[in-house]
Amino acid sequence: MAAHRQTAGSLGQIPSVPIRRRVGNALFWGACFLALLLVVGPTLWLIITTIGKALPHFHWTAVSSDTVGAGTAGGLLNAILGTLVLTVGVLIVSGTISILTGLYLSEFSRGRSRPLLRGAYEVLAGIPSIVLGYVGYVVLVVQFHWGYGLLPAVLVLSVITIPYIAKATESSLAQVPSSYREGAEALGISQGWALRKIVIKSAIPGIITGMLVALAIAVGETAPLLFTAGWSTTNPSFALTHSPLGFLTYAVWEFSPSNSPINSANQLSYDAGLILLVFVLLLILIGRLIAARSRRYAE
Amino acid sequence: MTASAPVVRPEGGAGQDPLPRRAVAALRAGIRNGQALRWTGAVGAVIPALALAFVLVVLVIKGWPAFRIDGWSFFSSKAWSQGNQYALKPEIKNGYELPPGAAYGALPLIVGTLATSLIALIIAVPVSVGTALAIVERLPRRLAYAVGLFLEVLAGMPSVIIGLFGAVTLGPIVAHDIAPYVARNVPDVPVLSYFAGKTGSGYGLLTSGLVLSLMVIPIIAATTRDLVRQVPILPREGALALGMSDAQTARRVTLPWVGAGIVGSVVLGLGRALGETIAVAMVCGASFGSFPSNLYDTMITAAAAIVLTLEAALTDATGYALSVLAEIGLVLMVITLLTNIGARLLVRRVSSTALPVGAGI
Repeated sequence: MAAHRQTAGSLGQIPSVPIRRRVGNALFWGACFLALLLVVGPTLWLIITTIGKALPHFHWTAVSSDTVGAGTAGGLLNAILGTLVLTVGVLIVSGTISILTGLYLSEFSRGRSRPLLRGAYEVLAGIPSIVLGYVGYVVLVVQFHWGYGLLPAVLVLSVITIPYIAKATESSLAQVPSSYREGAEALGISQGWALRKIVIKSAIPGIITGMLVALAIAVGETAPLLFTAGWSTTNPSFALTHSPLGFLTYAVWEFSPSNSPINSANQLSYDAGLILLVFVLLLILIGRLIAARSRRYAE
Repeated sequence: MTASAPVVRPEGGAGQDPLPRRAVAALRAGIRNGQALRWTGAVGAVIPALALAFVLVVLVIKGWPAFRIDGWSFFSSKAWSQGNQYALKPEIKNGYELPPGAAYGALPLIVGTLATSLIALIIAVPVSVGTALAIVERLPRRLAYAVGLFLEVLAGMPSVIIGLFGAVTLGPIVAHDIAPYVARNVPDVPVLSYFAGKTGSGYGLLTSGLVLSLMVIPIIAATTRDLVRQVPILPREGALALGMSDAQTARRVTLPWVGAGIVGSVVLGLGRALGETIAVAMVCGASFGSFPSNLYDTMITAAAAIVLTLEAALTDATGYALSVLAEIGLVLMVITLLTNIGARLLVRRVSSTALPVGAGI
């Protein structure tokens, strides 16, 4: 390549690239690759640290037994189950509300109510989760005397996750080709039937992707849960109020070396981090699979 | 349709067509023509708006006593004291009770929030834009997919894990390696004095900024990558045909083309950094009532202050501490809302209208 360029230059047909520009080009792309390294490197470091801190001392009791005391012994079964119960609750509550929201905004809403309602959930996405946690704590837990429990935690998490599912629903419904609707109408299918059997069906991959994002948030949220779910070393009951339940991010936060001097607790913190990481990786994997499947389906 | 005699429908439900059956029929018709779905959808769509209004009302009601007590000086004071909570009689100021000696000021929290977010952006913006350009213009497709996976993992990483990483791994490295090295070698120039001085324990402004930058990078990088992918090929080919190198093309054609969108994504990332709670609470060092004296000093942000003091605020029988936290929450919410709205306007603007070629040159 270089030799070719040189001959071309010596023939006088194509002027050779000035050295200054070649250096400038190399510097620019060098800087870009350095930036890439600065993203991939710390991410790898973060993942490896999270795994490396937990794995050497990982024991299966961490996932098969409940926490004892302030992490002096035992495992995280209560927290894992608590997180699962919370995510199921969020999927039901937030999923229902946001799919209805997205559906209404995309299919039915006309006129001035549309930007207003859409603006409401978009603004909701911008509120820091700790502020929602504060409101949940002060009103639901304290003022309503619900105490820590499933209901306040799920309600706060739902408000946090509604924007993501609603946005995904709305935009994936908007991307359904209009020929589908027209075809349904040409066949004399009623609007409700067409919506349920044709339009929503082809929007499902997008909706599920939005739900996965919401799940990742529900699994990884900490601050608002500290004040709504509380913490418990027993497995979650399905009582809605006055029944604090454990969750994984609490274990990471409260048992971390910054907050607990107990070695076994610190180990539980690392273990909880690893389990959370596995959860998140699973969610991302599922998301990619769905995206790949729906792409193949669309082609 | 036969031309039979019109069916006489007895009013009031008596006869062959009772009320339940008619109701069921109406419901069926409603489901079939989409009316039922429409109305349930409307109910669902109102809930986010109601939730938003509820949050705002609660914060205003809860924060009102604190605002009445402190007025605007709340935003210029740096005090942070719970006062004497065991005093027999609470102090009364402007009609509201507070423990004697209690005083709260939001200035250090606001400064801390803005400073950490600024550090995060200073690190994250060039790194993210460079990454996006490298992914789109240089990496083969499979590698771009893999790096995209990294960005997705980083974006989905629970903030408490990043906080743990910051507290256990990054903090000590900052304290033992980075901070002493920088502090020793920084030239004695007025502006750079913030880089010198005591290097601290690793918990503080710099570590918080670094941790936050890890959370902001995936937002900016992924958005910028998608924007750069959408830049049409013709203006770029035109630039190359004019004799620009591909670095010049990237800098002078591609980036200006999506400039507003990048700014939008940066502001979106800023919103995340401003509101981030638990990770900052783990690495900020939690020092109330003072400003960080240099880059390595301990500090506090608004969100971290709420999570760290909410439990203790309940012990204040006068409710003053709780009210102060509501006011802080309101301030935080207003700041993040303004940034988010700004970001959305910018992103929308760039996605709806293409910029003219070379607008940024």
